[in-house]
Amino acid sequence: MSRFEYAPAPESRAIVDIKSSYGLFINGAFTEATDGKPFKTVSPASEEVLAEISEAGPADVDKAVKAARKAYDKVWGTMPGRDRAKYLYRIARLIQERSRELAVLESLDNGKPIRESRDVDLPLVAAHFFYYAGWADKLEYAGAGENPQPLGVAAQVIPWNFPLMMLAWKIAPALAAGNTVVLKPAETTPLTALAFAEICQQADLPPGVVNIITGAGRTGQALVEHEGVDKVAFTGSTAVGRAIAKSVAGTDKKVTLELGGKAANIVFEDAPIDQTIEGIVNGIFFNQGHVCCAGSRLLVQESVYDEVLARLKRRMGTLRVGDPLDKNTDIGAINSAEQLARIRELSQVGEDEGAERWSPECELPTQGYWFAPTVFTGVSQAHRIAREEIFGPVLSVLTFRTPAEAVEKANNTPFGLSAGVWTDKGSRILWMADQLRAGVVWANTFNRFDPTSPFGGYKESGYGREGGRHGLEAYLAH
Amino acid sequence: MVWRPTLPTKDSARLDVRKTYKLYVGGAFPRSESGRSYVVNNARGKFLANASQASRKDARDAVVAARKAFGGWSGKTAYNRGQVLYRIAEVMEGRHEQFSAEVAAAEGLSISKARAVVDAAIDRWVWYAGWADKLAQVVGSSNPVAGPYFDFSLPEATGVVAVLAPQDSSLLGLTSVIAPAIVSGNTVVAVTSFERPLPAVTLGEVMATSDLPGGVVNILTGSASEIGPWLAGHLDVNAIDLAGVTDPEEATALEVAAAENLKRVRRPVDEDWTESPGLSRLTQYLELKTVWHPIGV
Repeated sequence: MSRFEYAPAPESRAIVDIKSSYGLFINGAFTEATDGKPFKTVSPASEEVLAEISEAGPADVDKAVKAARKAYDKVWGTMPGRDRAKYLYRIARLIQERSRELAVLESLDNGKPIRESRDVDLPLVAAHFFYYAGWADKLEYAGAGENPQPLGVAAQVIPWNFPLMMLAWKIAPALAAGNTVVLKPAETTPLTALAFAEICQQADLPPGVVNIITGAGRTGQALVEHEGVDKVAFTGSTAVGRAIAKSVAGTDKKVTLELGGKAANIVFEDAPIDQTIEGIVNGIFFNQGHVCCAGSRLLVQESVYDEVLARLKRRMGTLRVGDPLDKNTDIGAINSAEQLARIRELSQVGEDEGAERWSPECELPTQGYWFAPTVFTGVSQAHRIAREEIFGPVLSVLTFRTPAEAVEKANNTPFGLSAGVWTDKGSRILWMADQLRAGVVWANTFNRFDPTSPFGGYKESGYGREGGRHGLEAYLAH
Repeated sequence: MVWRPTLPTKDSARLDVRKTYKLYVGGAFPRSESGRSYVVNNARGKFLANASQASRKDARDAVVAARKAFGGWSGKTAYNRGQVLYRIAEVMEGRHEQFSAEVAAAEGLSISKARAVVDAAIDRWVWYAGWADKLAQVVGSSNPVAGPYFDFSLPEATGVVAVLAPQDSSLLGLTSVIAPAIVSGNTVVAVTSFERPLPAVTLGEVMATSDLPGGVVNILTGSASEIGPWLAGHLDVNAIDLAGVTDPEEATALEVAAAENLKRVRRPVDEDWTESPGLSRLTQYLELKTVWHPIGV
């Protein structure tokens, strides 16, 4: 098969201005950390150090929570909804204006392809603020009673896979509902959150309404466990989610948890094959598979298994892995050395347990953290690669004969975040959607997100919803 | 004259037949597998009956029964579930005097006050019955996404809900924690008030004759302090209601145990069971499912 060659088409990084070091954004200003050691954030595509970041220690966390409390009591909690709305609209516009810069910064710090940060992340970030801005003066219509009240100070801890988008999912509904926030971005991807702090300044958001503190797990733990916090919102691993659920036991803190997944992507024999192959690829290779709702378990009906596999492999052969800033790149860098080690380890376990591993020929850069798109066949439900979240570009393929068997296998997991169904038969789509125990079901599509559309898990994928009217309820007392 | 099922009536020539109070698990009325029972006195300390004292094994059996019943119950039409809940109210009405006597004895109320409590409990079943086929419209949504997709969100039952029922309100409180869980399709394992378990057993008898499938509600009499931790830590239980836990430290320990599989936890708060319950307990045991499909020709 002939292949088109592509000339490099890099997006310029001249548009971003990264400072050599960053403080903590507390009470409207960047401040030096009082305790904790600084750490570096690197570009996972090159291992180049991008900036030095401050680690917030307990005293800094305390300062941030107090700033948020003061802002809640004095300004934000009492501000008319229409004014909160205007601030959020301002923020949405500022994000749109600086969208290209933020997309480049995101790709640099995270390793995701510019095509995704530019066309998916940033438009959704702006849309999220725009959507929740409109709710701020309409809370009494949100279904949380006639006189809904904010909760107070929200502690928000977000992951590294969609740094700015997760920030938007957390901050926009919290602020719309009248809460103030202290948000901690992931230690490997703090830069866009720090750029967002600057946007808050440009929007003249009152000091203390949004506080951004950086650091790793210890900082997050100190934040979540702080006595002055009324609400905890976390997106990340099920293990950390479980620890958070334990740590808030016996308090009055409200909690929403958006945790891991091991989604089944189910392909029936009558599925529209071209869309399905694109859907499978998008399901698992989008964002290097660093997606909690990734379609990481492909369930294929036996009668079309050979055809689906052959076409999937052919399509995988055309995926371009490399420079995240190149506009032709499909798969960027793995976010960190630690995550790369985890993907390698679980893939090795897959081989050791007897599944067959395949990757297309693909040249990986020598610097940075890279993993070729990989598919495992001959996977059984007992294999670890069918049970555990790999959080990388690794697909496990299983088969089924009947719809009932597909449901049985799809639901055979402690997770329940998402699922996909591919079939031309309408009644079967609705039956499957009804049977699948997952918070989001994509039928004949996958990995779609929208601010109006509630997102969140069943079972050990967590609780609470983000997006839509339901996402607002998570920040209201009722 | 008030019919008192558990107390011998002195002035009657006939010696009445007393009831054995047992557990209600999987639609049957077993004794505790442990063989244990405990003395239940009325509010004045006079012997009423020996109740079965449920064990850890009984709790696990009840979870198995509840899980087995979940698919069928949650898969019924909302209209059907609403009718079954309404049927519970109908059958309770027929046993009004029995419930009133039991509530009076258990809670130390005058018979007229006990009757008012039973009225409220029956009315609560009627109220919740009506929610079955309205919930999806009230808490679901159609989502106007920015793209050619049809996108909607619907509530579904969470799964198996463990309920540690109120200790004080033996019938109205119990009803107020079971009904909101089962109306949406959840199945329940309930641990009753320890000192006031008898109305709960009679409620189980009502359920057994109200077209409620076996296993949808399982009622364990005994100690929540003893059985609660096993239910809180059980990996096939999806949610737990700590309504009847009065000791804050115990509640914290149960919440910690429940975190193991990310159970949905309802923390205990002071509640007035006579007040209109609102939707919060009902929505606590719901999962929202969002479905996307492309629009095109």
